[in-house]
Amino acid sequence: MTLLFELIAQGVQMLLVLALSPLLIGFVRKLKARLLRRKGPPIIQPWRDLIRLLRKEVVLAENASWLYRSAPYMIFAMTWVAASLVPTFATGLMFSWSADLIAIIALLGSARFFLALAGMDIGTSFGGIGSSREAMFGSLAEPATIMIVFTVSFVAGTTQLSEIAAYMVANLELRASVGMALVALLIVAVAENGRVPVDNPATHLELTMVHEAMALEYSGRYLALIELASALKLLLYISLIACVFFPVGLKSHDAGAEAMMTGLGAYVLKLAIGGGVLALFETSTAKMRVFRVPDFLGAGLMLGLLATLLVFVTRSL
Amino acid sequence: MPLYLALTCVSALLAVSVYAIVDRRNPNISRNVYRLCIALCGILFLAAVMPRGANLLSTTLPFGLPWIGMHFRIDVLSAFFLAVVDLGGVAASAYAIGYGAHEKEPMRILPFYPAFLAGMNAVVLADDAFTFLVAWELMSLASWALVLTHHHEAENRRAGFIYLLMASFGGFALLMAFGVLGGVGGDYAFASIRETTKEGWKSGLVLALALVGMGSKAGLAPLHIWLPLAHPAAPSHVSALMSGVMTKVAVYGFIRVVFDLLGPPAFWWSIEPMSFGAASALIGVLFATIQSDLKKLLAYSTIENIGIIFIALGLALAFKANGLALPAALAFTAALFHVFNHSLFKSLLFFGAGAVLSGSKERSIERLGGLIHSMPKTAFLFLGGCVAISALPPLNGFVSEWLVFQAILLSPSLPQWTVKLLVPAVGVALALSAALGAGCYIRAYGVAFLGRPRSDSARTATDPDRWSLGTMAVLLTLCFLAGLLPSLVIDTISPAARDFVGGRMPTQAELSWLSIAPVAESRSSYNGLLVFVFILFSAYTARWVIHKFGSARSRRAPAWDCGYIETSPATQYTGSSFAQPIRRTLGVMAFSVKERLDMPAPGEMRAARLTIDIKDRIFDYLYAPLTRAVETCASGLNILSLLTIQEYLALVFAALVFLLVLVAI
Repeated sequence: MTLLFELIAQGVQMLLVLALSPLLIGFVRKLKARLLRRKGPPIIQPWRDLIRLLRKEVVLAENASWLYRSAPYMIFAMTWVAASLVPTFATGLMFSWSADLIAIIALLGSARFFLALAGMDIGTSFGGIGSSREAMFGSLAEPATIMIVFTVSFVAGTTQLSEIAAYMVANLELRASVGMALVALLIVAVAENGRVPVDNPATHLELTMVHEAMALEYSGRYLALIELASALKLLLYISLIACVFFPVGLKSHDAGAEAMMTGLGAYVLKLAIGGGVLALFETSTAKMRVFRVPDFLGAGLMLGLLATLLVFVTRSL
Repeated sequence: MPLYLALTCVSALLAVSVYAIVDRRNPNISRNVYRLCIALCGILFLAAVMPRGANLLSTTLPFGLPWIGMHFRIDVLSAFFLAVVDLGGVAASAYAIGYGAHEKEPMRILPFYPAFLAGMNAVVLADDAFTFLVAWELMSLASWALVLTHHHEAENRRAGFIYLLMASFGGFALLMAFGVLGGVGGDYAFASIRETTKEGWKSGLVLALALVGMGSKAGLAPLHIWLPLAHPAAPSHVSALMSGVMTKVAVYGFIRVVFDLLGPPAFWWSIEPMSFGAASALIGVLFATIQSDLKKLLAYSTIENIGIIFIALGLALAFKANGLALPAALAFTAALFHVFNHSLFKSLLFFGAGAVLSGSKERSIERLGGLIHSMPKTAFLFLGGCVAISALPPLNGFVSEWLVFQAILLSPSLPQWTVKLLVPAVGVALALSAALGAGCYIRAYGVAFLGRPRSDSARTATDPDRWSLGTMAVLLTLCFLAGLLPSLVIDTISPAARDFVGGRMPTQAELSWLSIAPVAESRSSYNGLLVFVFILFSAYTARWVIHKFGSARSRRAPAWDCGYIETSPATQYTGSSFAQPIRRTLGVMAFSVKERLDMPAPGEMRAARLTIDIKDRIFDYLYAPLTRAVETCASGLNILSLLTIQEYLALVFAALVFLLVLVAI
């Protein structure tokens, strides 16, 4: 019975992230539109777009290879698995131990790898520009993330996300190192999801785009999968920040169904706050030049390293 | 029994060398030699993995130095490395049956190839300093001869010369290291070296010498300069052996000397391997990112991976010195796991590069492109190798890097501040090199295999023969298995960790669901198999749902490219344009780049020209002054060759007096 319950909880989490991620995108878009005094499309609009795309015929470039056709499925599957391994409403779900935080980051790295390859498959210059820039951003964002992981797991003594969250719930206190790690993670999250100062998800201005450039040739169901994967990635980062730094309301897996419902409510609230902050931030900044991005990400990396060192220092004092 | 079997096979390999010379007129000689090598390496591999009744086996053979003989031994460490060497040997020989058939001058390879294999095996089996050095030099010289296979090209001759210089320098350092270890009048058998106690300065000296000697063979920065020249110069199966296997023999030598012969470590021993390892990882990957020669790129990436291995070994030393057995075992296991992994995927990638080379006659990725259409099978196998080496789950490269990260995460328990502060910095270097490595292989694969062909040779390239493809497929399968079932590999390495760092990781086979947990499941765990099954399940579910409820139709049309219809494949992103952002932002750490833009004035009709000059800082600041100093000394000493007989006699007498005085003191 408990086994069945746990299996259901894990399944619910997988479907939950899938269902919520386009809504999150829609929510951010709506909020941004409101902040700009526009009415904006309804929150459900991204789901409508996805369903429309899924029903359309795919137009493939003449020289597209099997890699180009299988990459969307792989990117989607990897991101989905990674997103459903991050605790959302409850910790310690059935398969949460199959990958720790480092493995989750690496899964996103795998998805990036295939997306960058898919961008180069047709042999257009836009695809190449996107892949090249993505490789540069990735090579700075990933080490920064690893440094954040170091900080958090030095504090909590584990890299298991559920355990980290449990530790953070049990030891609610302010730490400078964790604060720095939070700032670093925010920087990384903005860059990894291609949000405003780094990349603009709404633009198709050719010379500035990164993520859009890689997916430029995709259409129909393939495009839908890639869009869904990037929505999942945004949700993953917000859940990650919520679960590690603001674990309020996170329930343990054996807390029972009612507790899980409150956990779910807390999670949705946290997502809304995260989306709101993102929308506010995006409307108040301008996009930066591509070659300024390494400085931005470098700041994230250095903050992460400083946070790690700070943990060492404060620990032994 | 395994030891005698192994020694018989090693001598048989040497006999195959002789056979290759004797039977050189035979048209089938190439195939025969490689088949014999497969058989002998296969037996050696079995000898390595077969159960050894007692844990150690040793023997003394009555040749070599008079009254001393040659000592050989198999223990858990040499058995592990024997398995790595011979797995690589079998793979390279099987690949060479197909690949070697293209060779124009087979006699430049065949006699040296079995000797090279014999040398590597003998290094691993050696149990005294003399045997070790003889085998080491056999390995160096045989591989040097193999580097010079295509000696008609000036570049290869230069590579051979630099390799020979660095190899003799490294060999010299090792000679001195063993000299210090054995001491005056000492016995050079490893057993008696192990017994003697070493003073502090001595162990420091030996450590530095071992790092120089073994590091120069393994390609540790700044002694790596020969490696990217020599490894690509050899035929591809030999490149695979040199990069995938010979560097591992050097790692073995380092472990043997530092973890075994030198006795209990002090904490500061870890500083050198860790810092040089971190430097190698970064320098290697940055240079790999800007290479356009596929084989050179792979050679630079070997330097990166050796760096990762040395980082893990340094961590193991630090933990061992502080008596932290479990973290030491974790770091040591991570190092050996990476040794195994790298030997698999680097061989696979070099075989792939060889297939590209023989299929398209083109080495530079800038003139390739679209190989996924013309060489579909190679493209698939090479992609597998790229994913594995980029440390992406669920393949094997990720598992060993994950283990290294886990070892780094245990570093707060170290008491010394130097090491404690060094470890996070090393962690940054490791994370940077892992991420850059992925970028490097996106570039290599994307430019060479994807896109549109940039030349006719890329368009008309063909897949290689069955032997080559089969070997690559087997290696890729092994990469998959090691990634999905890492617990098997970790449990195999555990006895070596127990003997060499005094601790072992918990038995992984006892964990449920075949997952791995270095310390405890509550601390960290990873399950490659489950992750892989999850990914497959999600991908296929998505596909099923979409095809059932959405649409499964597709249509081919010209590429869109934002409306620009550009037919020339030259408009694609090239390798150098792909690397440009990384070169600009991170490149300054490793090399100095000078970009010169020659822009014609308005109205002028000539083409604009951008020249990029990339220089290795290490070469400029370390080797160039060294070369100049040697040249100055040599020309200064030239007068000595023009002395009269009286002056020569006086010189000899003075030298004699000096030495006598030295002995008297």
